[in-house]
Amino acid sequence: MIADLLSNFWVALVAKLLLVALAIPLIGMVVGFGEMKLSAKMQARVGPYFAGGRWGWAQLLADGIKFFQKEDLIPRDADKPVFKFAPVVVMMGTVALFVVIPWGPGLIFRDLSVGIFYALAISSLTTVGVLMAGWSSANKYSLIGGLRAAGQMIAYELPLVFSALAVVIMAGTMSMQGIVEAQIEAGYPFVILQIVGFVIFVIASLAELSRIPFDLPIAESELVMGYLTEYSGFRFLFFFLAEFANMFSMSAIAVTLFLGGWYLPGIPADALEYLGPVILVVKSLILVFAMIWFRWAFPRVRQDQLQSLAWKWLIPISLANVILTGVFKVVL
Amino acid sequence: MTIDSDTIRHLSEVSVSVELETEDMTLNIGPQHPSTHGVLRLVARVDGERAFDVQPVIGYMHRGYEKLAEVRTYAQITTIVNRIDWVSGYANEIPFIVACEKIMELEVPPRAQYIRLILTEMARIASHLVFMASYPLELGAASPLFFALRERERVLDLMESVTGGRFHPNFNRVGGVKPAYGSGSQTRKIVQDLPAGFYRDARAAMDRVLEVCDELENLVGGNEIIHARTKGIGVIPAEVGASFGLSGPNLRASGVDLDLRKVEDYLPYGDFEFDVVTGTNGDCYDRWWVRLNEIRESTRIVKQAIDGIPSGPIQAKVPKVIKVPKGETYVRAENPKGEMGYYLVSDGNNGPYRVKIRSASFSNISILPWVLEGVLLPDIIAIMGSLDFVLGDVDR
Repeated sequence: MIADLLSNFWVALVAKLLLVALAIPLIGMVVGFGEMKLSAKMQARVGPYFAGGRWGWAQLLADGIKFFQKEDLIPRDADKPVFKFAPVVVMMGTVALFVVIPWGPGLIFRDLSVGIFYALAISSLTTVGVLMAGWSSANKYSLIGGLRAAGQMIAYELPLVFSALAVVIMAGTMSMQGIVEAQIEAGYPFVILQIVGFVIFVIASLAELSRIPFDLPIAESELVMGYLTEYSGFRFLFFFLAEFANMFSMSAIAVTLFLGGWYLPGIPADALEYLGPVILVVKSLILVFAMIWFRWAFPRVRQDQLQSLAWKWLIPISLANVILTGVFKVVL
Repeated sequence: MTIDSDTIRHLSEVSVSVELETEDMTLNIGPQHPSTHGVLRLVARVDGERAFDVQPVIGYMHRGYEKLAEVRTYAQITTIVNRIDWVSGYANEIPFIVACEKIMELEVPPRAQYIRLILTEMARIASHLVFMASYPLELGAASPLFFALRERERVLDLMESVTGGRFHPNFNRVGGVKPAYGSGSQTRKIVQDLPAGFYRDARAAMDRVLEVCDELENLVGGNEIIHARTKGIGVIPAEVGASFGLSGPNLRASGVDLDLRKVEDYLPYGDFEFDVVTGTNGDCYDRWWVRLNEIRESTRIVKQAIDGIPSGPIQAKVPKVIKVPKGETYVRAENPKGEMGYYLVSDGNNGPYRVKIRSASFSNISILPWVLEGVLLPDIIAIMGSLDFVLGDVDR
């Protein structure tokens, strides 16, 4: 009955759309709630407490509803179509990234043969949206924020790609499932040999996500709210959700590349069918926790320091890492 | 391969311009901006991230206190002066009251002097803790805020228990201090000046403040990014700082050993042992470091004062209507933000003829155009924050 219904193209499409429309805000909310509670713990506060009756679990739901009630303000001088479209572009990058995340054996939307390449390419779409937001807002702070985001993306895309490239060399494939399977075959997660690559990947993805210490595009104390300054209501909510969902998806990609993805040794293959997503989510949330931890412990670097870190340190080191990995792959 | 003369002539005519001609942008930072501590406005001409000219515009907070003081009685003016630098309201009252007493040639009882001193140092701790809270926030670190403000709350609670006010105590009277809020029996004419348990609570609070200083030294001072953001940024050489009229921690961070608590005698600081903290480089990090260690010195003073506080009256004998005899004087004090002074001219009435307020922040931010020339946009915020000014203290 259900299978019949799902074989209808339109029914399946609506079902998939609903799944995406519910899953991504849900992930965003879980991460966002985690950030609220963890930051509260780190700062001797209680955090959300009343919404929902227990631990304030419904806080982000309430916030979301609040955002929908807000007036949708568009500055008079703004480039209106671009201004309206920018949050959608940001969200598009976020949604599209979920396509290649392998949740379990066989559990992947599309196991593209260029999976990791696609993931890295599509994740920069977010930055395009940010640049659009910054440019169209007709606000100098937004403009500086957007340009900073662009500069940051150019600088940090390279170490991100190079550190992923070393993994691709080790796995011999660009397919996300293939990378997980290569790690199962090898018997160890790639982080053991690619610890340098892993560290660089995490640093670069922090910069990609513009999280502290690299949150220069927003830089509250300097640029008011950076490219978000003029956004309000549900457009702001889009950016907000995209940020948290991106944190999760970048972590999931890091887990897939370096930490064995959905695989955990000692669990029988048929159990992995069901436990795979759980393992992936837990591993990703550990990385998300680290990102939240950095966010509330570190100050922000300066633009020139950010650039020199990328060009003088991360790119040469990740290049050397690629060369070393290649040499070992050929020799061994 | 040979190059013919035509090509050479052509090549010599080609000029390559590597410098892109770009328009500079005027960026208004403030008066509504998260990091301008209120309503300071900076007009920055920026070229990308670099600001080559920054002009502060002040006056958005001008409340005309000097003029208001001319039409008020001495008792009323204390309510005005502790709104000048509201972060350390109590400390603002001291130089004004001392100026009145100096013209009246009043002898203030030692117990009142000690109470004033304890509360002034607590105001200093509270003010510096606000800086400890806000400065890392300006550099992007949010967490130190909560640790510093938590201990500040403890200190403010103590001040409230004595004065009845957290920010605007209005506690000093000409010739002494007000009897404590809500304590003592009015009918029995026994006036209690400090609330029960004050000494114990103050000692405990000072210990907690010292603990949080160590915590902050680890969390903020031990952070590599903070060092990268503040060391060598906004260097103010001692001579330049002095010529702009800088005072207080901002000047001491440049290595000038000037602390009015050691020089002047407005409160009995001579009875206590404490060090003047000075920096070496005069950069943002030193200004942070000097303030951190001044908190430690202040806790030392408070502890000594609590141990050695004399008993006795808290109010000198004064007439019911305070009239300051004809005369003029200038009293300056070491406030948390720097040198605060009142030039008081009295014509013998119950209110002053003229009061000139020398506030620390006004002089401290006068260096902004000099020190912000050619710095990066994030450094504007870092340097501005490190000067620790309050807009009420700038505009009065």
